[in-house]
This record gives sequence, C-alpha cells and structure tokens, in this order.
Amino acid sequence: MPATFTRSVVDSDRKRKDPGFGGRPPLDRRPTGGGGGDENWENHSRGRGPRALLIRYRLGVFSALAGDLMFFMALVTAFFFRQSSGHFDPHGAYQLDWRALAMPPILYINTAILLLSSLTMEIARRQLFREVDVMEEWLGLGRPVARRVTPWLMATAILGVAFLIGQWMAWSDLAQQGLFFASNPSSHFFYLITGAHGAHLVLGVLGIFAALASLTLLRRLELRQIFVDCMAWYWHSMGLFWIFLFGMLVFCQ
Amino acid sequence: MLYAPWWMPPNAAAHGYAVDTLMRWDVGAMVGCFVLAHGLLIWLLLRPRRSSTAPLTRSVELLPLLLLTALYIAMAISAERVWAHERFEGAAPAALRVEVVGQQFQWYFHYPGADATYGTSQPQLVNAALGNPLGLDPEDSHGADDIVASELVLPIGREVDLQLRSLDVIHGFFLPDMRLKQNAVPGQSLHVHFTPVHEGVYPVLCSQLCGLGHARMQARLRVVSASAYQGWLASRAPHHAEVAAQ
Amino acid sequence: MSEAHTVPGSSRSRVARIFASLFTTDHRTLGIRYLLLSLIAVAAGTLLSLAMRIQLAWPGIPFPRHGPMLPEEYLSLVTMHGTLMVFFVLTTAPQSGFASLVLPAQIGARRMALPWLNAAGFWIVALALVVLLSAFLLPAGGPISGWTSYPPLSAVPAAGPGQGAGMDVWLVSIGLFCIGSWLSAVNMLATIVGERVRGMTLGRMPLTVWSWMVSSLLILLAFTVLFAALVLLLCDRHIGTAFFIPRGDLVSGQIVGHGDGSPLLWLHLFWFFGHPEVYIAILPAMGLVSGLVANFSRRTIVGYPLMAATTVLIGLLGFLVWGHHMFVSGMNPYAGNAFALTTMAIAVPSTAKVFSWLGTLWGGGLHRTTPMLFALGFISFFIAGGVTGPILALPALDAYLHNTFFVVGHFHLIMAMAGGFAIFAGVYYWFPLMTGRLMNERLGRWHFWLSLVAAYGTFLPMHLEGLAGRPRHYYQLTGSTSSLASLMPMERGVTWAAFVLGTAQLIFLANLCWSSRHGRPAGENPWQATTLEWAAATPSEIFRGPYEYGAAAHDQAQNGAHKQDFTSQWESLREQE
Ligand code: HEA
Ligand code: HEA
Ligand code: CUA
Ligand SMILES: [Cu+2]
Repeated sequence: MPATFTRSVVDSDRKRKDPGFGGRPPLDRRPTGGGGGDENWENHSRGRGPRALLIRYRLGVFSALAGDLMFFMALVTAFFFRQSSGHFDPHGAYQLDWRALAMPPILYINTAILLLSSLTMEIARRQLFREVDVMEEWLGLGRPVARRVTPWLMATAILGVAFLIGQWMAWSDLAQQGLFFASNPSSHFFYLITGAHGAHLVLGVLGIFAALASLTLLRRLELRQIFVDCMAWYWHSMGLFWIFLFGMLVFCQ
Repeated sequence: MLYAPWWMPPNAAAHGYAVDTLMRWDVGAMVGCFVLAHGLLIWLLLRPRRSSTAPLTRSVELLPLLLLTALYIAMAISAERVWAHERFEGAAPAALRVEVVGQQFQWYFHYPGADATYGTSQPQLVNAALGNPLGLDPEDSHGADDIVASELVLPIGREVDLQLRSLDVIHGFFLPDMRLKQNAVPGQSLHVHFTPVHEGVYPVLCSQLCGLGHARMQARLRVVSASAYQGWLASRAPHHAEVAAQ
Repeated sequence: MSEAHTVPGSSRSRVARIFASLFTTDHRTLGIRYLLLSLIAVAAGTLLSLAMRIQLAWPGIPFPRHGPMLPEEYLSLVTMHGTLMVFFVLTTAPQSGFASLVLPAQIGARRMALPWLNAAGFWIVALALVVLLSAFLLPAGGPISGWTSYPPLSAVPAAGPGQGAGMDVWLVSIGLFCIGSWLSAVNMLATIVGERVRGMTLGRMPLTVWSWMVSSLLILLAFTVLFAALVLLLCDRHIGTAFFIPRGDLVSGQIVGHGDGSPLLWLHLFWFFGHPEVYIAILPAMGLVSGLVANFSRRTIVGYPLMAATTVLIGLLGFLVWGHHMFVSGMNPYAGNAFALTTMAIAVPSTAKVFSWLGTLWGGGLHRTTPMLFALGFISFFIAGGVTGPILALPALDAYLHNTFFVVGHFHLIMAMAGGFAIFAGVYYWFPLMTGRLMNERLGRWHFWLSLVAAYGTFLPMHLEGLAGRPRHYYQLTGSTSSLASLMPMERGVTWAAFVLGTAQLIFLANLCWSSRHGRPAGENPWQATTLEWAAATPSEIFRGPYEYGAAAHDQAQNGAHKQDFTSQWESLREQE
C-alpha cells in the first residue's frame, strides 16, 4: 500500500482515540458570540478545544443559512417581478392580473408565537454556558445543564408546533375564501413562501426534538451544547426570515 | 448564394456597415492578442531552461494590463454607440410596419394592409387549417385587409419596423444578412427596425431552441424594388380578404 | 481505496467494516470517489457529443441498431451532454473532487470541519447523476430544451417530446445536485475558515485554497437561487401556477397560459445562477494552474496578492454580469449596455491572471513535465476562449453572434478544454496522493499533444461557422436556404477532429489504469513542491508563504548553504529552533 495511505490510517484511528478537544471544560466565555467565528480568521490554533469545535459548527450553520437566505431572496425577487407583469387587453390597455391578498388575521398571532419561541430558545441557549453548571456537569456531578435547558426547549418546540398549526389554519382560512395555490399570482406566492418557510420550521421542530434526545443520549457535554446552540441559531434565523417575509406579504401586496 | 464560410455573409442593411467595421476591428484586435500571447507561450516553451531570475519590475507587469484595459474600454465605448443607434430609439413614423409571429415551427409575416392598422388577433381563433394561422378576429374591420404571408417581402431602401410576437415558446428571429437578431417572446411584443439596402433573397432563421422543429424553422426574406413590392401587395390583398370574410 | 480507511486488526465484523468503508467520511476517499463520478459523467458526455458530431457531419446517417437520428433525439443529446459536462464534470471534479482530496492537507488540517456533510453531498450528487441518466430510459426520451431550459418550452409538457417525464427527471436531478453541492460547499467554507493550521494566515494560503473558498461562496449563493427557480418551474408544470407561462400561450393547439407569467423571469433567475456557475467551474482550475506554474518554473507567483485579489474580484463581479446572456432576449437595451460594462470589467481581473502566469513563466526555468504541459494547455485555451469573451460582451456584436456556434466555440475553448485540461493537470499532479505512484510521462505527452491539436481543430472552426451565421441546436444544416448547407465541409472537418480528440482520451484512461498498478513509486514530495499536501506528516505550525521557489527561496533560507531551490511551507526558519 502506498505511503500516503498509511497516513490516512493514522488519521482515522487518531480520530477514534482523540476526540480533538484539549480536554478542557466546554465553557463559552462569550455566551452570545455567534457571529460565525470571524474572530478566528487570522492564525488561530488548529481546530482543537471545545470552543473551536463550537465555532466550527456555528460556521457551518451560518454559511448554510446564508445560502438559504439567497433561496428566499430569489422568491422575493420573483414576487416583485411577477407583481409588475401584466398583459394588454384587446383595447390596448395594460392589465395586471395581480389581486392583492388580505393576510388572514391569525398570521399576526402566529408571528407573536414565533417571536416568543425565539425568546424561549434564546433562554435555553444561555443556560448552556452557565459556568457553574457546566463545570459541575463536566465533572460528572449530575446534569444541571440538561435539567435547566430541557424545559425551555420543550416550550420552544410546543410554540413551534403551535405556529405550524396556526399557519395551517391560515391556509384553510384562505381555502374557505376559495383562494388556492393556483388561484392568483398573489396566492401562488403566499402559499409558496409560507410553505417553504413552514417546511424549514418542520425541520426545526424535528431538530429540537433531536436536541432534546441528544441531551440524554450524547455522551460528550460539548456535543450536547453544540447541538442545542446550532438549533438555536437556526431557529432565530427562521424567526428573522419570517418577520421579513411576512412584512413583505403584508405591505407589498 | 455561396460565400466563403469564414466571415459574415455580405451585409445588406443600412446599420450593418457599422456592425461589420466594429466586428472587423474587435476580432482583429483579439486575434492579435491571441497570436501575441501564443507567440510568447511558444517561445517560453522552446527556449533553453535557465534557473529563475529576479522578479520583473512592477511596471513591466502592469503596463500590458493597462494596455488591455484601455483596449477593453475602447471596445466598449465604440460598441455602445452602435448599439444605442440600433436599439435605443424606435423606427421613424414613416417606417413600413410588419408584424412577425413565431410559432412551432414557422414564421408568419403580418402586413397591416391598406388601413395601416393590424387587425386584433386572439389565440382562441388560431386555426391554420382555415387559413387563419394568427387568429385574426373576423369581427375586427381592421383585419379585413391584412395580409398574412409565410415569406417576408420588403421594398429596398425603406426603413421597416418589425413587431415580434410568439404564439407558444421563445423563438429567435435571425436575419444574418441584415445583422439583426431578436428573440420573439410569448406575452411580449418587441420592436426592431432596419433598412434593407440590397435587393436579393436572404435566409430568415430561428436562433432560439424552440423544440424539435427548431432547425426547420426557416423562412425567406425577399428585398425587392418599390414597384415590385406594390405588385406583390396587390397580388396578396384580395386573397386574404375572403379568408377574413368567412 | 476505501479499505485503506478501515483500521487493520480492528475487531469489527466484516459487514460493519464494509458498511463503514462504503459510507466513509474520509476526505481522501471521497475525493477519489468524486473524481471517479465525474470520470463516468465525462465518458458519457463525450460519447453523446460524438454521436451529435456524426449526425451533424452526415445528416440522417443510420446508427447501428437504431436507424437515423430524429431531431428530438439530437436535441436531448445536446441537453444531456451540456448538463452532464457542466454540472457533473466541471462543477464536481475541480471543486468537490480535488478539494476533498487535498484541501485539508493544504491548510494543515487533519480532517474536514464537517466530514459527514461532505459524504452526504457526494451521495446526493451520485443519486442526481443516476436520476439524470435514467432520462435515457424514458419512452419519450430525455428533455430537449437545452441545459438552460427556457420556458415555456420547459414549462409545458406538450411543447415537445421529452418535455414531459424527461423534463421532470432533469429538474429533479438538478435539484438534487443543488442540494448536494450546497452541503459540500458549507463544509468547504467551514473548513477553510476554521481549520487552518497555526501560521496559515490568509496571506499564506495556496491559491487553490483561495479559489475553493470563493467557489464555495458562489455555490452557496448561486445554486440556492437556481433551486428556487426549479421550484417555481415545477409549480408551473404541476400545480397550475403562472410564473413563467404568459397569458394566452398556445402550445400545440391548447391554450396553456392563464396568467401573466413571464419567460424572462426564468432567464434572469437562471443566468444569475448560470454565470457564477461558469466561474465556479474555472476558479479552482485557475488556482491549480497558478500553483503548477510556480512549481514547475521553480519561481514564486508573480504578484500573489494580486492573484488572490483577482480571484475574489472575479467571484464578486460574477454576480453582476448575468445579463450578457440576454442582450437580445427582450431585455431592455439600456440594461444591455450596463451589463456590457460589467462584463468588460470582469475581463480585466481575468487578464491580470493571464499576465501573472506569463510573467511567472518568463521569470522561471520551465520544466516540461506532463502536469506542466497541461497547465500550459489550460493557459493557451483560456486565452483562446477568453479573447472571444469581450467580443460577445458587446451587445452590438452579440446581436449577431448570440446563439451561433461562435458562442459554442467560445465556451468549449474556455470552459470545456481549459477546464478539462486543468482537471487533467490536477490528476497527473496529484496522482501520487491517490495511489502513491506517478503517471506515465510518455503516455502523458502523447495524450497532451494529441488533445491540444485536436481540440483546436475541433473548436476553432466553430468560431468561423458562427461568424457565417450558423445557429446552435440545429440537428442538420439543410433548409429553405443554401447559406448553411455550404458549411458542410467544415462540419465534417470538425467531426473528424472531434473523433481524434475523443480517441486521445483513451490514452489517458490507459495511463490511468496502467499507472495505478505499475506506475513509478512517487516517494516523498515527487515534484519538490512547497505546499502542505506533500508534507510527510501534518505539521503543527507553518512558517512561510506557499510558493517559495528558486531565487526567492534562497533569499528566505537563512543559511547560505541551502541545497534545494525551494523552501516548503512546513520548513521552519533557523532561529526558531
Ligand atoms: C465541460 C463542458 C463541456 C465539454 C468537456 C464538452 C465537450 C465536447 N462538446 Fe460540448 N457542450 C457543452 C459543454 C461541454 N462540451 C455545453 C454546456 C453545451 C451546450 C448545451 C446546450 O446548448 O444546451 C455543449 C454543446 C455542444 C455542441 C453544440 C450542439 C448544438 O448546439 O447543436 C457540440 C457540437 O459539436 C459539442 C461538442 C463537444 C465535443 C466534440 C466535445 C469533445 O471535446 C469531448 C472530448 C472530451 C474531452 C476532451 C474530455 C475533457 C476532459 C474533462 C472535461 C475532464 C475529465 C475528467 C476527469 C479526468 C475526472 N458540445
Ligand atoms: C468556464 C467558463 C467560462 C468562462 C471563464 C467565460 C469567460 C467569459 N465569458 Fe463566457 N460563456 C460560458 C462560459 C465561460 N465564459 C458559457 C458556458 C457560455 C454559453 C452559455 C450558453 O448559452 O449555453 C458563455 C457565453 C458567454 C456570453 C454570451 C454569449 C451569447 O450567448 O450570446 C458572453 C457575452 O458577454 C460571454 C462573455 C465572457 C467573458 C467576457 C468572459 C471573460 O471572463 C473572459 C476573460 C478572459 C480574457 C479576456 C482573456 C485574457 C487574455 C488575453 C486578452 C491575452 C492577452 C495577452 C497578450 C496580448 C500577451 N460568455
Ligand atoms: Cu423557433 Cu427555434
Ligand atoms: Cu456569462
């Protein structure tokens, strides 16, 4: 076997033996330091230590979300492009086929719910890094972190489900008025945007349940923290996206 | 008409001369760059190897870049002129008006007739079998004297204002000899104008993939003398009248 | 390759081991798999292109056990050829393939940041390829609307054979590809930003790493837009929305347009993706070639900061030029002028890169190894295909050249051949990292010279055909006019050249098979390179820039008695011991 492969073997079983943390307790000295880890642009030490691992995953989440944002931006562009496109009727007058769509009132309640869920999520996230608990849990003297985080995650998940149900009710509300996906450009976009965002939230809720499970299943504390932390950032972004999209749907009809 | 296939066919439109000059200059310049660069490459490849020398001075590296940037700017400015002249403002009011309609897979040319106004047309009425390929509305009196032809006949030396439509998918209206290309987009009607300056028969091609008949979607452009054009109109007019009648 | 991953003497059961090696997250293994995947894709794409060439040179010639080629069959060949080559070859091999192979090593990381994303990306892309190829099995045949899939042709199943199931398959496949490349781009970015070894500052990253970083960003921002466009198109096809289909649109006797959709919306969305896409295809190639040029002329890159800057600049400007594909599409002519300017602007950094390569060659002594030959081939093709760019960028001229073979010539030289030669260069260069052996030099030279000559023979005449007004997507050159029929001799010439070109690739395949077993063992750092992928073991810190060869290396080396003419990044300076 060629020389290079012996190297890859070494790599892979080092991967198994040494998890790649310097055996330091997983404390996040900047509780809210989320900004995609710009701080370690210039020569930081190689990806070791729980902090670096956290940064690594946050980086992933944030760059993924950047792409996701472009997806919604494309829909938004299409929204405005489509809004302004019409046709000439036989008399040569320019007709727009866009019929302004009145938002089902329940959406405002849903929005409030989503904001609230973001709040609970943030509280859950903060619990992850309370130094006393982390040390205690890291030393194996019980699971204060998990204990503190679980209820808030629960709350977030429940609120998330509530939001989704609310969205569903909004849809059936429109359906009652005879406004379906294909009815009018405005309804195309309403269903498309709420649908795409809803799909993201379904993933989010599943993710939260997975995170809850991880709190008991994952063996390493830092991994538990990472899971919850990344879910939190994802959840916040979905909240932001919704505010933006909903604002557009309301004010740009 | 056969020509050596290493350049554009002879130009036959008033605006084409500017295009050809531009093409000659720019292709010349870029071929020059290509030859220069490759002369250099080949020399570098063939020259005896020597150990690397001290880096060139910055100016020696930046000078050619500045030169080429200047070249690009010159190309851009000179070309913007031609483009602006071709497309920015529409045809003169006196221009002859013809509607070009693309459909899988042929071109129709719709002349407004004596009253100089197109009859309105609706997709529901399209029926090539009944001789109404564009769906002209029989109710509309303007349509009565309209002419729908499968070849484009134009009088020499008169500006023509083409109005492009498509019934189904995007087609590309391409007159190589007139240095003219514009897509015909369904749901839009786009105007292009030009002045043929040489009599002759020229190809009308479809330049936008529109389905399995794309390659077959060709028509003819006949540029004829003014009198011959009037004759042609006369020969076509009555025939169409009774089509519109039924 | 994958069994290399499993640890000898581990107590796991055989099944578990096979499973583990199948779904391994080892980046080197994944890199090789990515390359094999695009090798399959390029083989298929090449066969399709040769079938196309036969039909074009001898229209209506019967194919064995099939008969004459129908127009729709020709068009689905073009579509599949373009899709395979652009997505599954030129986006996959240089980006995911080579990056998985050497990126971690080059920045001194032991593993990718999120290896499982990389693996997931691979399997999704592989699935996408299978889905795409399955279009050939459909009764109605594959899609016929080209790799750009303009609606309404692509939005209305009735618009042509293959536009029903075939088009859906195409859309699903490309959708999967978007997701797959999106995942692996996330991993790349996180790796490059977060995993660099101590001392690997931005200013010390090899140019390949710069390119992979920018390309990953482009993938994140461009492919998601394409994905949105695909979703909209699928809605138009199946849910009865009207995003792209205009009112009263009449396809084969049926009125299918019920809202004021606009085909131009698709063009804008597609080309907003499409242009960055072509730079995603070429940026890694540029980075790779820069490294090779420095390595084999034993000299530092001329203007490394400039090269890094132009890479970023090309990436950014790439988002501002999409309109140059739409000059005559019905877009506002004023916009045409604006896009002409941005396009001219993007030509400048590309030209700067060319001069940096030429300058480096000038200053250095050139070693004619096979990888270097292919790197030179890349430069030659990039110039040859590039110089036609600024011509196409001018609306006044593009209004004649658009959708003619002039364009086909342009992008085959600069994308197909330049990109292809860069991939070849990379394979010849990094082969030791895959197999520990070197590829055969003599076969390599034959492969190079034959391909070079044949490629020019194939794609230069296309420019002349384009100037003569020969449009794209024509399955034969007959019609109501004789103007195109007069091109037939040239068509035949192109086809013969294409055959030589295709055959020359067999030499490469033979070399690949032979060398992987019997090639000369490479040993440590066979090319006397300075970048980290050639280091014996992953260093814990690096001390210098990536390309310290020749004179520069002597200056850097603190001790006068420095025998080798290069200083590797992992070599420490004297004072530091
Ligand atoms: C990477 C892109 C790529 C490549 C390599 C090729 C290769 C070839 N192409 Fe392709 N072609 C396209 C991209 C490409 N093409 C696209 C995008 C279109 C437009 C489709 C559309 O309009 O929808 C097109 C269309 C197109 C047409 C126009 C059809 C028409 O409009 O009527 C023709 C006609 O001759 C043609 C011919 C060929 C030929 C003879 C080759 C030969 O050169 C093939 C020889 C093969 C090689 C020299 C191998 C190159 C090696 C690699 C790429 C890397 C190898 C990979 C590994 C080692 C891992 N192509
Ligand atoms: C890797 C892919 C790639 C790359 C890098 C490029 C690079 C460029 N492309 Fe290309 N292009 C494509 C792939 C690519 N293109 C494809 C696939 C299509 C067709 C899509 C389709 O319709 O199917 C296309 C089509 C296309 C069009 C649309 C044509 C049409 O459909 O009508 C235009 C128009 O502006 C264009 C412009 C340019 C320009 C200005 C560059 C510039 O970046 C080029 C910059 C390079 C140079 C300018 C060369 C510099 C060197 C010199 C000048 C030598 C000087 C040296 C000395 C003198 C010593 N391209
Ligand atoms: Cu009509 Cu192509
Ligand atoms: Cu482009």
